[in-house]
Amino acid sequence: MADVAANPPPPRRLSNAYQNWYRFSRNPTAVIGAAIVVLCVLAAIFAPLVTPYPEHVGAVVNFRARHLPPSTEYWFGTDNVGRDIFTRMVFGVRVSLQLAFVVLAIAVPVGTALGLAAGYFGGWVEIIIMRLTDIALAIPGLVLVLAVATVLKPDLVTSMAALACLWWTWHARLVYAITCQIRTQEYVEAAETLGAGTFHILFREILPNCVSALAIKTSLDCGFVILVGASLSFLGLGVQPPTPDLGTMVAAGAAYLPDYWWESILPGLGVLFVALGFNLLGDGLRDLFDVQEVR
Amino acid sequence: MSRPMLEVVDLSKTFPIRNAFGRRSGDVKAVDRVSFRVERGQVYGLAGESGSGKSTIARMIMGLTEPTGGNILLDGHNIAGSSRSREHRGKVQMVFQNPGSSLNPRRTAGQSIAVPLVAHGHSRADRARRIAELLEMVQLPADFAQRFPHELSGGQKQRVAIARALAMSPQLVVLDEPTSALDVSVQARIIDLLVDLGRELGLTFLFISHDLSLMRNFAQVVGVLYLGRIVESGPTASVFGNPQHDYTRLLLASVPVISAEEEAMRPVVPLINGEIPTAEQLIGLGRTRDAADTSIKGA
Amino acid sequence: MSEALLSVRDVSVEFTNYGIAAPVLRGVSLDVPAHTQVALVGESGSGKTVTMKAIMGLLRDPPARITAGQILYDGRDLLTMPPAERLKLRGTSMSMVFQDPMSSLNPVFTIADQLGTILKYADRRLGRGRSRRERMERVHEVLAQVRMRDPERVAASYPIMLSGGMRQRVLIAMALLSEPKLLIADEPGTALDVTTQAQILKLLKDLVTERGLALLMITHNLGVVRETSSYVYVMSRGQVVEHRPTADLFAAPREEYTRALIAAVPRLTGGMRLGTAEARP
Repeated sequence: MADVAANPPPPRRLSNAYQNWYRFSRNPTAVIGAAIVVLCVLAAIFAPLVTPYPEHVGAVVNFRARHLPPSTEYWFGTDNVGRDIFTRMVFGVRVSLQLAFVVLAIAVPVGTALGLAAGYFGGWVEIIIMRLTDIALAIPGLVLVLAVATVLKPDLVTSMAALACLWWTWHARLVYAITCQIRTQEYVEAAETLGAGTFHILFREILPNCVSALAIKTSLDCGFVILVGASLSFLGLGVQPPTPDLGTMVAAGAAYLPDYWWESILPGLGVLFVALGFNLLGDGLRDLFDVQEVR
Repeated sequence: MSRPMLEVVDLSKTFPIRNAFGRRSGDVKAVDRVSFRVERGQVYGLAGESGSGKSTIARMIMGLTEPTGGNILLDGHNIAGSSRSREHRGKVQMVFQNPGSSLNPRRTAGQSIAVPLVAHGHSRADRARRIAELLEMVQLPADFAQRFPHELSGGQKQRVAIARALAMSPQLVVLDEPTSALDVSVQARIIDLLVDLGRELGLTFLFISHDLSLMRNFAQVVGVLYLGRIVESGPTASVFGNPQHDYTRLLLASVPVISAEEEAMRPVVPLINGEIPTAEQLIGLGRTRDAADTSIKGA
Repeated sequence: MSEALLSVRDVSVEFTNYGIAAPVLRGVSLDVPAHTQVALVGESGSGKTVTMKAIMGLLRDPPARITAGQILYDGRDLLTMPPAERLKLRGTSMSMVFQDPMSSLNPVFTIADQLGTILKYADRRLGRGRSRRERMERVHEVLAQVRMRDPERVAASYPIMLSGGMRQRVLIAMALLSEPKLLIADEPGTALDVTTQAQILKLLKDLVTERGLALLMITHNLGVVRETSSYVYVMSRGQVVEHRPTADLFAAPREEYTRALIAAVPRLTGGMRLGTAEARP
C-alpha cells in the first residue's frame, strides 16, 4: 500500500536554492536589473580605483580642458571647469547609493515594526499608527523635504533625515496589510494555542511572510529615493558642491545646453540608469516571488 | 469513572449582527447551550456540517474565542475565559484541519515543532532532542526537521502538525477535521497513527468532523450538532445504528457508501418532489408529523 | 467499444518544470460510450484532473505537452482537428460541470446574464440565431430542469444571493444550456456539505438518465463512484490501473492498488481495523 500513500515523492528533489536560481536566471528583467545594481554598487565602492581622474572629485580647475566633448581621453567629456564627467558621475552614484541606503536603513525597520504592531494588536495601537501614517502620506513628499531643507542647512544629511521621516509610511502600510491578512491564518493561531509569546508571533511567524514583499518594495524604493535625491540636488537643496552628485551635475550642465549637451544629458542618463536598475530588479523579484506564492 | 477529562457545560457563543452604523441589531447563536463530557482516554466525536458550530466549540476550548456563556472544565478546572492558566493551556492542544495553512510556509518543520518548546524555555540541545523524538513518534525521518512545508506531502505535513501538538505532552488533543484535506489512503494512516499515539500516550481526543463514516470507526461516543445544538448523542454504534433525530437520519442517508451492507444501514429519508430534502425541510416535515401525531392522540 | 462517444487512446502528457520534463500521464486510454455513466477515480496526483483537462483542451502549453495519443470524440480526433472546430464542440456537444460553485461564477453579473452570455456565444459558434428573449426562455428552462423552484427569481439573482447548493445547480444548468451529449463533471459537490452533496449527486444522476446523456465523473471519492457510475476507471501515477463495471470493482477488485484503496475507505458499518500504523505499509 506504500504506493497508495499519497506521498508520491517528487521524482527528483531540487534544492530551494537551485529552484530559485533557475527561476531567477530565466527572468531577463531580474537578471538585467541585478546586473545594473551590482555594477553600480561595485563602481561606487571602488570609485577611486575605477575612475580615470579621481582627483577631479574635489574643487579642481583645469580651464584648458573645459567643455571638451566625449573622447577617448575624457569618456563622457568635461564640465565647465575642465573636470572629467565620467569620474564625477561614478562618485555621484556613490552619493546616491549612500542616500538610498541610509534612508531605507531607517525607514524600512521603523515602518516594518509599526506596521506589524498596528496589524497584529489592532484597536488603539492600530488607530494611532495608521492615522499617523495617513497624515504623513497626505503631505506631498518633495514639498516637506523642500521645507525642511530650506529651514535647516541644505545638505546630504538633512535630505536623508527628511526623506526618512516620510518614507517609513509606505513600508508601514505594506506590512500592516500583510499582517492583517496573516494574523488570522491557522499557523498563527496554532502558535498562539501552543503558548508562543507576542514577540515570537510578530517576528518569527508573521515577519518572514512579509520579507518577499518588503524586498520588492525596498528595491523599487531605492530607485525612487535616488530620483528624489537627484531632484533635491537639482534644486540646490541636496548635496552641495564641490561634492559630485548626479542631480547637481544635471543642474550645472543645464546652463550650457544645447551646445555642451553631455554635461547635463549624460548625468541625467546616469540617474535613469541607476533608478532603472533598481526598478527592474524590484519587478523581477516580484515575478520571482509571485511564482513561489502561487506554487 | 473518575473526573472526566473534559466537561463542557451550557457552552454558548453568540455573535452580534451589527448594522451599517455599528449598532447591534441582533444576534447569531453559533453555539447554543452545548453540554457534553469526554472521559479520559476516550475519542469523542462532534459531527456536524458547516454552520453547525463545531469549529467554534473547538476554538473556545482552545481559548481562541471567548464563550459568551457556560463553562469548560478541563480535568475539573474551569478554563473558560480569563481563568485559563498557562499550566492548563499546555494540557490541551489542537491539530488543525488544513495542514497546508496550519504550518507557516516560511519556517521549517523543526522550527514549527519547536514553537511550544521555545515558548516554555527549553534549551537548544533539549529542543533538538525533543524534535527528533517527536518526529520519530509520528514516523517521520529526523532530517525532515530541515524541510519546509512545500517540500512535504499533505500527510507528512499533518504528521508534523501532530508532532507539534504533542510537543508539550498534552492530555487532551482537539482534532478539527484532521484528515479532510487528505487522500483516503493517507487518511487511514493518519488515523492509525492517532489511534496508536492515543494508546501509547494515554491521550483523550475530541474529534470534530463532518465525515460520518470516519467517525463511526474512530469515535466511541458521538454528538451530532445542528445549528449550534447537540441534537443527538450517545455511543457511536447505537446512534448510527438507530438514529432518533431527523437530522441525524438525513446526515446518514446522505453519506456516499461503497457496499450493500452500508446501504442497508442508511435510514430512508422521504423525498420531497422527487428530491432529497434539505435539513430544514425534513425537520419541518417532522414537526408537522409530530403535530399530527399529538392531534390524533389528543382526539 | 469502437462506437464510444468519447475515446481517449494512449494519451501521454508531460510537464516541464525547471527545465526538466516529467511524465504526468503515461498512455491513458478510456472510453465513454453514449448514454453511459463512467467514473474516473484517483487520489491527488493520479492524473485524473490532467486527463480531464486534456479532453477539454484546458491544458496550458507550456508547461504541459501532449506527447502521444488520440482523443476521439464521435470518431474525430480532438487533438488534430482545427482549433475552430474543437471550439464548436466544447461547451456545446461536450460540456463541463465545474467543481467550485464559489469561484466558477462571476460575482458581478446576474445568473441570467452569465448563462445568457454563454448561450449567445455557443449560438454564435454554431451559427444559430436566437433572440434575446428566446435565450432568456432557454435559461429559465434549464434552471427549471435543475429543479429550481423559482427559475425567474434565480435568474435575476447575483451569485452571492444563492446558497452553495443553488450555485452548484446553476453550474449544472450552465452545462446543460446547449443540450450536450457528454457531460464531464469534475468533483461536483466536493466543496459542499454532505447533505447538499447528496442532493446534487441525485440531481445529476436523474438528469443524466432522463436525458440519456453520457457522463464522465471525475472524483476521488469511491462512494460517489459507486452511486453515480456503471463503469469505472481507476488511475494511479498517470496510468489507468484497473477498469471494470462499477459493481464488479467493488465486489472483487483485481489489482493490489484498488484493493488497498477500497480497504482504506472507512465504512459506515464500522469495523475498520485501526491502530498499529506500522502494520499498514
